[in-house]
Amino acid sequence: MSVPLILACLAGLWSERSGIVDIGLEGKMLISAFVAAAAAASLGNAWLAMLLAVLVSVGFALVHGYASINHRGNQVVSGVAINMLAAGLAVVIGNEWYKEGGRTPPIPFEAQFAIINLPGFDLLSGTPLIGPYLKIVSGHSLLVYVAFAAVILTAWALAKTRFGLRLRAVGENPHAVDTAGISVALLRYKAVILAGILCGLAGTYLSVALQGSFVRDMSGGRGFMALAALIFANWRAWPSMWACLLFGYLQAVGLRMQGVKLGTFEVPVQFINMLPYVLTVVLLAGFIGKSIPPRASGLPYTKDR
Amino acid sequence: MGGKGELPAWVDLGLIPLLNLLLALVATSVVFLLIGENPLEALGIMLNGAAGSIKGWSYMLYYATNFIFTGLCVAVAFHAGLFNIGGEGQAYFAGLGAAMAGLGLEFLPWPILIPLTILASALFGAVWGFVPGYLQAKRGSHIVITTIMFNFIAASLMVYLINYWFRPVGKMAVESRNIGSFDFQQLDLTGAYIPNLRELSMGLFQYRLPSSPLNLTVLLAFLVAWAVWYFLWRTKIGYEIRAVGSNTNAAVYAGIKPQRIIMIAMAVSGGLAGLVAVNEVLGAQHRLLLEYVQGAGFVGIAVALMGRNHPFGIVLAALLFGLLYQGGTELSFAKAQTQPRHGGGDSGSDHPLHGGARAGLPALAHRSFLQAGGLRCSTSSSAPKPCPPPSACRCR
Repeated sequence: MSVPLILACLAGLWSERSGIVDIGLEGKMLISAFVAAAAAASLGNAWLAMLLAVLVSVGFALVHGYASINHRGNQVVSGVAINMLAAGLAVVIGNEWYKEGGRTPPIPFEAQFAIINLPGFDLLSGTPLIGPYLKIVSGHSLLVYVAFAAVILTAWALAKTRFGLRLRAVGENPHAVDTAGISVALLRYKAVILAGILCGLAGTYLSVALQGSFVRDMSGGRGFMALAALIFANWRAWPSMWACLLFGYLQAVGLRMQGVKLGTFEVPVQFINMLPYVLTVVLLAGFIGKSIPPRASGLPYTKDR
Repeated sequence: MGGKGELPAWVDLGLIPLLNLLLALVATSVVFLLIGENPLEALGIMLNGAAGSIKGWSYMLYYATNFIFTGLCVAVAFHAGLFNIGGEGQAYFAGLGAAMAGLGLEFLPWPILIPLTILASALFGAVWGFVPGYLQAKRGSHIVITTIMFNFIAASLMVYLINYWFRPVGKMAVESRNIGSFDFQQLDLTGAYIPNLRELSMGLFQYRLPSSPLNLTVLLAFLVAWAVWYFLWRTKIGYEIRAVGSNTNAAVYAGIKPQRIIMIAMAVSGGLAGLVAVNEVLGAQHRLLLEYVQGAGFVGIAVALMGRNHPFGIVLAALLFGLLYQGGTELSFAKAQTQPRHGGGDSGSDHPLHGGARAGLPALAHRSFLQAGGLRCSTSSSAPKPCPPPSACRCR
């Protein structure tokens, strides 16, 4: 459950660290989930589907970038527009192609990602005590490993590479970066494209790996939960992962707890469904303390000030 | 600012929105071409369906009523530098107030009851807006995220409440029992029933209008639009809201408490969204049912942007979006008849193009108004400046 959250959260991390607020994570995830599902169902190849989904997601990201970097438009507004556009387009095109009320046909098994068993784990799984727990680590589709690799890569790239340093600088003080002779716009575009790629992967995972088809509004607020996790994690890579794991766990608990009884009182399904959202609000309000966003995030950069 | 010269007002207020609209139409046409429909034919059906008949006009005004409320909701928050995406949830939750007052106090005569239900709607909407405002002001939670979460929470909560509290025993449909009644032949009004214009004209003038959900709330909408203008530009609180929105530091220096203003602005904003419940629950449906807001909260964002956050502009923009909505509905009916009926899956009540046309067109129109936002901040200093997200304001 956490994988799309982690990918989307990292997308938000890259974007916001460069100073571009990205509310459009949700929309990019949704449209790429749709593209991936449609491509996988008709082409029968998960990799091609992933590629197409990433391309479309990057396209949307570039629109966001164009509006907020070149035109210095309001980034929150642009992001919301992307969400609306994605939700509308996915349904219109889905209806036209498949005539199933915006759904895509189920993706055939061979077009889904194969389960990867890590080498050596088969032998160990028989061992007592640690055997059952090894299942957590092994036997997932590739995107799961990609997500965790992306966490490591992001943490490393932001902290240790020249690109990461410049990117963080552009999110804190773009004037300084500009004075140093580095293009603010180019750096921000790079960050936005990275966010697009990650959102594309998240969407692909959602439809091709998790669900097996696309249904309308299937992202269900995950993009926003990823943003909440990002704030929760104070815009850092490792804490983001833990926050996303926590949110994913809550969602999984929500699914498991349907029909559970507390004493004689049956908890209504609606309350379980509400749980992740309520907890997001509570966590945002109560336990974060002061979270400090990158200084220049949300501010369009104008050279001549 | 951007250093470019100011554009004349007629360009800024007249030409640019028009160009944006054209751009949106072009973009929509491309989508239509891609899915193999003739865009001109579609446009014709849309315009004819919305503005070609009294029925079309009635529906357009009915949709516009909702959009005026939600547009004003977004605008008031925007003037305080807040981005309220929660209009949808606030309007939905307000239905609870409308239904509780309308059903629980139905022994009262209607001249007392109807104002009470309207107040209750606004109050419940205001509560759903105030809480994120409080969290933003006191706890620093990002208002965009909290309001979105509140949309989801309202959606689940209302399903539960309507299902377990309001649904009469033994009824299958998930909705409350009817609120009030109106016998237009005797002009006998009982309960919180806001009369339909068709029923009124039948009762008063024996004139038969085509049937539509258009009701007297539309007058309330115009009244409220004026009231919001008065509130924002002629009252002390309104001035303080605009001061906080345009420059928080200066506002603090002037002795305004931004935290208090944020909470007030969000409560007012939520209350405005809550009035959607008056139009829907008390005026159109006469009962509380699931998902009655139908995305009006999100359309309100586009309406507010296009109306430049000014009530007059918002009324115009709401009418345009009403036209798009009604036209889109006509279009989906027209197209549904020419094509074989598709298996609709769970969306049995939806016509195939219905949801798409509805969601897609406003979104596309919206898409280009965003550019107006971009152009606006580089060309004009008098228009409200696109605000940085509140969290950024607060950390200075």
